[in-house]
Amino acid sequence: MSIELQNDIGLTPSDVVAAELMASPTKPSRPARTTLQWIGVELRKAPVTAWFGLVVITAYLLVALLAPVLAPYGESVLAGNSYEPWSREFIFGTDQLGRDMLSRLIYGARNTITIALLTTALSFMIGGSLGLLAAALGGWTDQLLSRAIDVLMSIPQLIFALVLLSIFGSSVTNLILIIAVLDATRVFRLTRAVAMNVAVLEFVEAARLQGERLHWIMGREILPNVMPPLVAEFGLRFCFVFLTISALSFLGLGIQPPTADWGSMVRENATLITYGDVTPLLPAGAIALLTVAVNFVVDWFLHKTSGLKDEG
Amino acid sequence: MNAVLRTVLQRLGLGVVTLFVVSIIIFSTIEMLPGNFARAILGQSATPETVAAFQRELGLDRSPVERYVTWIGGVARGDFGESFASAGSLSGERRSVSSLIAPRLANTLFLAGMTALIAVPLALVLGMLAALYRNSIFDRTVNLLTLTTIAVPEFFVAYILMLVLAIKFPIFYSLANVSPDTPLLERLTRSALPALTLVLVIVAHMMRMTRAAIINLLASPYIEMAQLKGIPASRIIYRHALPNAWAPIVNVIALNLAYLVVGVVVVEVVFVYPGIGQLMVDAVSARDIPVVQACALIFAAAYILLNLSADIVSVITNPKLLHPR
Repeated sequence: MSIELQNDIGLTPSDVVAAELMASPTKPSRPARTTLQWIGVELRKAPVTAWFGLVVITAYLLVALLAPVLAPYGESVLAGNSYEPWSREFIFGTDQLGRDMLSRLIYGARNTITIALLTTALSFMIGGSLGLLAAALGGWTDQLLSRAIDVLMSIPQLIFALVLLSIFGSSVTNLILIIAVLDATRVFRLTRAVAMNVAVLEFVEAARLQGERLHWIMGREILPNVMPPLVAEFGLRFCFVFLTISALSFLGLGIQPPTADWGSMVRENATLITYGDVTPLLPAGAIALLTVAVNFVVDWFLHKTSGLKDEG
Repeated sequence: MNAVLRTVLQRLGLGVVTLFVVSIIIFSTIEMLPGNFARAILGQSATPETVAAFQRELGLDRSPVERYVTWIGGVARGDFGESFASAGSLSGERRSVSSLIAPRLANTLFLAGMTALIAVPLALVLGMLAALYRNSIFDRTVNLLTLTTIAVPEFFVAYILMLVLAIKFPIFYSLANVSPDTPLLERLTRSALPALTLVLVIVAHMMRMTRAAIINLLASPYIEMAQLKGIPASRIIYRHALPNAWAPIVNVIALNLAYLVVGVVVVEVVFVYPGIGQLMVDAVSARDIPVVQACALIFAAAYILLNLSADIVSVITNPKLLHPR
């Protein structure tokens, strides 16, 4: 019921959470539960889509962590001839250089997810702290930061990334830095918007009067109260970063060979499609499955943390 | 009406300022390279004489401000300078960036136009149907499908379409290699798959927003009045809700066409469509900076203009926005 409720109003996730923050967070009194118990109860009530998402994400993380154990061959070992068909020896065949497709897929999970996570974390550090700063200080700092971000956001992100990559060249470090900085603009927008609502509340005022330092106000007074929307946004931004990196790798401008990466694997094996072979769709599907799974979980999380619950 | 005009002019002015600042940013990215750009391009083994000659040839020995003024002056006249592609080599005349871009820009506009012509009516109809039969099986299926197409990468959609519609069932061409002398009908069939991919990518968002905008309106008192009068649901949506939903819908159309600007890059590469997106990707890997800057400026300008028109439409159609608090 409540999922439809959320959709019907047509709110974006950040709207929902912002609205929730405006509403006073009074909860009906209930016996205190430990966090673990709470998670257990929530999980039992979770919809199928959220379960699906959680299972998929866990599986991906396990594969990423255990890559060297699971992969039958090394990341860039030439195990056979090029473009060998699916067989017992090479479950998904081999790629254009004769590397085992399954092993590349497994190592790709590790590389692509790690890079995307690092990038998202960095963009949250930059965008989040600037957003909190703008909300806590207000005035000129806020105006200056907001206008600068407005201008940066008026260039399409992928296009801007392409320009910067053409100047700095494609390396993993450059990729992480460029996308993190560009993505931080979106994080800034959201953080500032939700933090603004908190920054005007009495307890922040009290902290100011008490003479607390700026970093205390930002980190200890405002941040804990804007965490739920930021956590949800982390999931969405992760998807976005993941798709951007994959797109750049697919264009041949992201993660460079011989590092296994799903985007470049699609590009390298794309010719197989013209022979009706579905192998190039495997890495593309791996990307799609993960982003869909994260979206499902974020949807459920937003629904849980927003005020749109229909029963207590 | 004066207030409307003033706001619109204000937005236009803001748009021009943004465009100006963006052109400075795009131009000055080249200054951000630590060290020497010519050396980075020519490699460490280049002799100082070669580097100096290369810099003179590209005009990199002049001051940044001087170069910006020359560049933007040229851009205003449709001259984007000369491509680096053959610079630094002794032989070969250099091609002007505009001659590289012009035919490809036309191709990209053709593809974008074709996509918009299919996607916009489709999204409106689907959105209205979903709003009309909300929470039905149809609505849920369309919702799930659109959520999925939003979340997956463009090239995934593109290759699936290619596999199904060009290889398993050879209805369309898998490669969209059009040339200027391709007749219109063949051009249409050749561009069908890239256009279809883009349609799938943008229809999802547009359709969801249309549905949300209409459902939002259905809660208004005048809709309840119409329902109480016994008007059929389809007529309520078409005659009562839709006219008032235009502002958000037009807004979302413009925003999605702006999104098309980015989506076109990947899709053009998949189908080897000779558009400006593919040109930009090639230029980035060749580090052909003048071409990259020109493409980026065109993309950014299109993006800003579309966002600006979305903004202006919502001002014109929404009296509440005319009198902000």
